[in-house]
Amino acid sequence: MLQSIQDYFRALAETHPHWNFIYLYDPVQAARIGEGLVMTLELSVLCVLFSVVIGVVGAWLQGSHLTWVRRFVQGYIQFFRNTPPLIQLLFFYFALGQFTPTYSPDGWLEVPVISNVGWAVISLSFFAGAFNVEIFRAGIEAVPESTVEAADSLGMSRLQIYRYVLLPLAFRVSLPALNNNLVNLVKTTTQAIVIAVPELLYQLVSIYNDYSTAQNACMVLMFVVYVVLVGILVMGMSRWERRLRIPGYGG
Amino acid sequence: MNAIVETAWDPSQPIVALRDVHKSFGKLEVLKGISFDVMKGEVVCIIGPSGSGKSTLIRCVNALTPFDAGSIKVEGQEVNVAHLDKLALRKKVGIVFQQYNLFPHKTALENVMMAPVLVLKEPKDEVEARARALIRKVRLEGKEDSYPGELSGGQQQRVAIARSLAMRPDIMLFDEVTAALDPETVKEVLVTIRELAAEGMTCMLVTHEMGFAREIANHIYFTDRGVIVEHGPPATFFTEAKDPRTREFLSQIL
Repeated sequence: MLQSIQDYFRALAETHPHWNFIYLYDPVQAARIGEGLVMTLELSVLCVLFSVVIGVVGAWLQGSHLTWVRRFVQGYIQFFRNTPPLIQLLFFYFALGQFTPTYSPDGWLEVPVISNVGWAVISLSFFAGAFNVEIFRAGIEAVPESTVEAADSLGMSRLQIYRYVLLPLAFRVSLPALNNNLVNLVKTTTQAIVIAVPELLYQLVSIYNDYSTAQNACMVLMFVVYVVLVGILVMGMSRWERRLRIPGYGG
Repeated sequence: MNAIVETAWDPSQPIVALRDVHKSFGKLEVLKGISFDVMKGEVVCIIGPSGSGKSTLIRCVNALTPFDAGSIKVEGQEVNVAHLDKLALRKKVGIVFQQYNLFPHKTALENVMMAPVLVLKEPKDEVEARARALIRKVRLEGKEDSYPGELSGGQQQRVAIARSLAMRPDIMLFDEVTAALDPETVKEVLVTIRELAAEGMTCMLVTHEMGFAREIANHIYFTDRGVIVEHGPPATFFTEAKDPRTREFLSQIL
């Protein structure tokens, strides 16, 4: 079965040189794609998690009574929201990367403490996190002041009110917007190619640089993978949205 | 017990003592020197036209609204101080609002349990037993697992009362708690408050339910434009009102 599929695509590549699905019959190329896929998933999961944490913490800090804390969060949002993520990646890796300490595992080569993958996670998390802060802030503002007042009158602390009243309600309001932002984030992970993070796009581009006839086939795969990947994310998010729905509350 | 020892409040003294309370919102002075006492176990009703500062007054008692001048002492403890122990105050004083303000993402039972578990740090099973008893007390047995959105206004308001009672307050504030309800459901909420009053709970009510005020209040205060115009026990208040503003208000409402 597997053999016949491989034979079919090997023959297809010979008769139609524009459609060389090399990764379907060459195990070396297939392995490269596998590695790329794992890296893309790793980047996506880490960035989604960190960006949501940044969003939650940032939205909490925005409600601080200290002016400088609010200004700091505002500055962070302005910087990361108003500049292209591609430039942020380059800046983090090439500019900030110069100033991070290095270590030498073999006594010869100096390796920076934060690798290019590390910088990609940091940079992309902060990029998406800036949007998440704004998304959660909007959700928090949608919670009626009177509900917070009720919690306050019961003696709950600011942190308890945030954790048990504001955040759970704000989260439900924020989910559709969060959904969109996380979809964007997963797609933006492809930009990590500029700092040579070996994610899926990087591997596919490498493959068609080595085998120019594989270009079309590689691009097709790119689309297929992202349609499926984002599809899974959206499905998971809407299931979550349904699970969080409160009977008799909201739309 | 500790709190009482520390504050040296003795129950023969007023449980709430207001002295010359002033409050302005910008240029608008809503409270222009309000003074009165509430004794333990008393039910006090505050009535008056809309915008007369009734709600503001009651919200000053548990420091939800800070006031500008004067003094409010709750069990001997001054509310108008810079570093108020809000938590201690809010353990003593419960409040129920016009719009119920339940936590919409929590069931009725969870709404009642939340504050004792989080704030009083009491064991969950103990709190749950008490919460179930309170829900029975407000006649909502069977609605423990309903969300606020699945309950009628009157039912929500009774959950809100149970939620406040779960903190075992010494004083209950009711801020126009029936104003947002259908006429049919007003009664079920009033029945609950009446029972509380009968059990000796100290209550301060802002209300438009004159019949109810007349029935349960020990003392009625009529406020207009930020001052107490007239006050007295219901027996004399409704029949012997002297001030023309009080008489006009009563004639419109009764």
